[in-house]
Amino acid sequence: MLELQNVSHKVGDEIYVDDVSLSLQRGELNILLGATLAGKTSLMRLMAGLDKPDSGTILFDGTSVLGVPVQKRNVAMVYQQFINYPTLTVFENIASPLRIAGKTRSEIRRRVNEVAELLQLAELLERTPETLSGGQQQRVALARALIKEADLVLLDEPLANLDYKLREELRAELPALFADMGAVLVYATTEPSEALVLGGNTACMYRGRVEQYGPTLELYRHPCGLKAARIFSDPPCNTASIICHAGQFAFPDSGRNIILPNVQPVDGEYILGVRPHHLSLQRNGTDDIELGGSVTVTELSGSESFVHFDFAGNPWVALLHGIKDFSTDTIVKFFIRPQHVLLFDAKQNLVSIPAPASGQ
Amino acid sequence: MATITFQEIAHRYHQSKHKDAGFVVNNLSQCWQDGGAYALLGPSGCGKTTLLNIISGLVKPTAGKVLFDEIDVTDLSPQQRNIAQVFQFPVVYDTLTVAANLAFPLRNRGLVKTEIDSRVQSVLAILGLEEIANLKARSLNADDKQKISLGRGLVRTDVKAILFDEPLTVIDPHLKWELRTELKRIHQQFQHTMIYVTHDQTEALTFADQVMVMYEGAIVQVGTPQELFEKPQHTFVGKFIGSPGMNILPCAVDGSVAVVDGNTIDLQQDYELNRTGLEIGIRPEHITLSNDRGIAVQVTAVEDVGKHIVVRTKLGDHNVNIIVREGVAIPENPRIWFDPSKLNLFQNSYLLGVT
Amino acid sequence: MKTANNKAWFMVLPVLLLVAINAIIPLMTVVNYSVQDTFGNNEFYWVGTEWFQEILKSERFHNALGRTLLFSTLILAIEIPLGIVIALAMPKRGPGVSICLVLMALPLLIPWNVVGTIWQVFGRVDIGLLGHGLASIGIDYNYTQDTLDAWLTLIIMDVWHWTSLVVLLCYSGLVAIPEVYYQAARIDGASRWAVFRYIQLPKIKRVLLIAVLLRFMDSFMIYTEPFVVTGGGPGNSTTFLSIDLVQMALGQFDLGPAAAMSLIYFLIILLLCWVFYTVMTSYDVDSSSGRSGGRQ
Repeated sequence: MLELQNVSHKVGDEIYVDDVSLSLQRGELNILLGATLAGKTSLMRLMAGLDKPDSGTILFDGTSVLGVPVQKRNVAMVYQQFINYPTLTVFENIASPLRIAGKTRSEIRRRVNEVAELLQLAELLERTPETLSGGQQQRVALARALIKEADLVLLDEPLANLDYKLREELRAELPALFADMGAVLVYATTEPSEALVLGGNTACMYRGRVEQYGPTLELYRHPCGLKAARIFSDPPCNTASIICHAGQFAFPDSGRNIILPNVQPVDGEYILGVRPHHLSLQRNGTDDIELGGSVTVTELSGSESFVHFDFAGNPWVALLHGIKDFSTDTIVKFFIRPQHVLLFDAKQNLVSIPAPASGQ
Repeated sequence: MATITFQEIAHRYHQSKHKDAGFVVNNLSQCWQDGGAYALLGPSGCGKTTLLNIISGLVKPTAGKVLFDEIDVTDLSPQQRNIAQVFQFPVVYDTLTVAANLAFPLRNRGLVKTEIDSRVQSVLAILGLEEIANLKARSLNADDKQKISLGRGLVRTDVKAILFDEPLTVIDPHLKWELRTELKRIHQQFQHTMIYVTHDQTEALTFADQVMVMYEGAIVQVGTPQELFEKPQHTFVGKFIGSPGMNILPCAVDGSVAVVDGNTIDLQQDYELNRTGLEIGIRPEHITLSNDRGIAVQVTAVEDVGKHIVVRTKLGDHNVNIIVREGVAIPENPRIWFDPSKLNLFQNSYLLGVT
Repeated sequence: MKTANNKAWFMVLPVLLLVAINAIIPLMTVVNYSVQDTFGNNEFYWVGTEWFQEILKSERFHNALGRTLLFSTLILAIEIPLGIVIALAMPKRGPGVSICLVLMALPLLIPWNVVGTIWQVFGRVDIGLLGHGLASIGIDYNYTQDTLDAWLTLIIMDVWHWTSLVVLLCYSGLVAIPEVYYQAARIDGASRWAVFRYIQLPKIKRVLLIAVLLRFMDSFMIYTEPFVVTGGGPGNSTTFLSIDLVQMALGQFDLGPAAAMSLIYFLIILLLCWVFYTVMTSYDVDSSSGRSGGRQ
């Protein structure tokens, strides 16, 4: 188990990691999700021991590893760039951690073949990395991390430089590959969809802080605040401000009332968040929230349509199934089930998610 | 702006011993209409960047002709062709300010200062760069730098075409949405001919009116996103587009019925008998999962990806992926039913027409 | 954590000793001499800053400093642009690359004193190829008699010897520029000059800074070549600070003034290097104040 307790790291005046506490279990996949410069790589470097935190402790299986140099920590790391030994064959590349560990030749041969089989590299063992495609090169780097049987495996956006389709393929394979290792597995990504496919646990990062940590789907459904909701939404989460006055929620500009069932109506200012796929062209219940605006642009992907529209000055997007082509400036109307509304207070913390009215 | 035409274009980077080997692009004839929004979609190494560079003039083809509005431009330089191109990695002139970067292509062409200033101002506004207009470009992050690269293409109003070579690779997902939508809006407003190269199907399909799918140096299919999605001409297109891609299952056909692993599937159309190398194709979106209808399958994995659920199943030895709406329960003894109107039949990987 | 830190100190100890013996102790000795006077019988008298005042006021020092500054300025003005031009003209790929690199590296492999001797012989009017050749076509050239000829000889010699260094540094910077920058420039319709001004020059600025510093320090401290070729003459016309210093310290054995002068010399080099560095890196300072910084 890897535990980070109030870990902070600064370089000059800039805070790279800000008071992070996490406890990551062996055998589980942990995802660090956040935009570029959110501190994912910095946090990984602290975990690996490449950098030392300015404050806080890092414990591995209960003992502090702060004084232990990287070489002695049994860490494996895979980077966004495909890093292999250019002059060595694929076999020697994969075998290198075992050679350093001083394993016997027969054991090396056996295990390299095993891992190569698993990662579909068996045919390529005699080639050198530069003769391989990007996807194959990254498989070699993954194989090297896999064969090391490290206690801590750090994957820093390993699929970012690969083709979309290849990414999809490897994404599906990855969790299974590392599942049996019993290592603490950390995976950094900028893409919400990647986190969702991989599952496991997710830590949403923003400007060096961990906004929220928990089971991936749980986090997606119940973001603790607006930042987490924004980080964990693709297409971006739609937002609009609403006010509560005299026990009644209303949009401030139109003054139109909305009903959020089972939400305590405390007076004040709020922010309403709705994920794009929760906007529907049809009414699905009597208590649906209605809103709309004029279309700015429609994007069609063949199976889905992304309708961008202007809702009272906020850029909103609706993800609809099938082909729904609206020309620019068309006025559209959408319906939202109340339980799909995320309600945040003025400090951007989640207040509540309205419960569906009974009978729904 | 111009209509761009390729006449039997072929290109290889190295001379090969074999006369016909080593071609990255092979015997390609294609037309890009004036004012269209096109995407070239394909995996890396399929020749799409080479193709783009042949259009812009950065690469001179080994054989064939490039025409702009019926005029042969094969031997002209990028400047002479008057093309704008945006690259995968941001290219900025470090020592110049953001505004001066945008003005750079205009200054090189000797425009008057007032004209330059007004165009730069409008592009700064379109891309939301006004606040940092006077900062040195080198101090910016990758997102802003790529906006500048885009801006240098947009600032020239008289260009024949604007070419994009995977321009959003280094951009964060959220900004990707913003910039892509912005590009689409700019296209609708100014009607530039735009050609967009990418390996990302979402980018290609949402940006373009016409998508060209490339595979091993050839264009496999040209069509609207809907055509590519519903009627892929080749199994490669079926698998490459959609996530997960189309389910392709080897089958035999008997009249209007397809047989997969002893299970019959209604095709609702008659096909000629005695065909071999047949495969049936169906999108995960077009399969209904239920307790009682269709063929029994084993569920191997359920992936909840938020907006929908991907159910991975086995039909005999074949993998079948199904997309289920959010909140739908997975039945205990699942059966799958294929929507006959959405079925495609392929022979030797090519789509079969109706007889 | 503590033990690790202590260990680290032990590791640094040999280097500290080396630096102390090499630099700090000799420097302190010089400082010590510079504030005392001696009459050669190992008796020293405290004179304070008297030597420094005397040196700073002396015309001999002013002249030598002026000559040295002029020499360095000329060297930089010639070698830096010439080096850039040659680097730009060198092929970026193909078989020509290694041939060019070897040719460029050749002069750098010859030691200073040998270079001096080569040019001394080369330029002699009686037997030297250059001197005799020039004389035979009627050009009156004699570096031992004529100030201008002496300067020309020294400058051409230094340019011949050291421009290669600038070339190699610039070349390494140029080949590191990604191809896509040139492609973008072609698309933007940039002229050859604009490509140099806005792509190549900014990208090689860092190596250029190193080249400028190295060439400045080297030329400012030049000793062996003028000593071998001209011996500081004709007259005092090529007596640079370094030659003057040696003459004072060893020729006249004025240890006090020589020590004071070498300290001043040292401080001037330090100051000028700092000026170069600050001016040339001013862009980087500017960048750190920009939006979102450059954290990668």
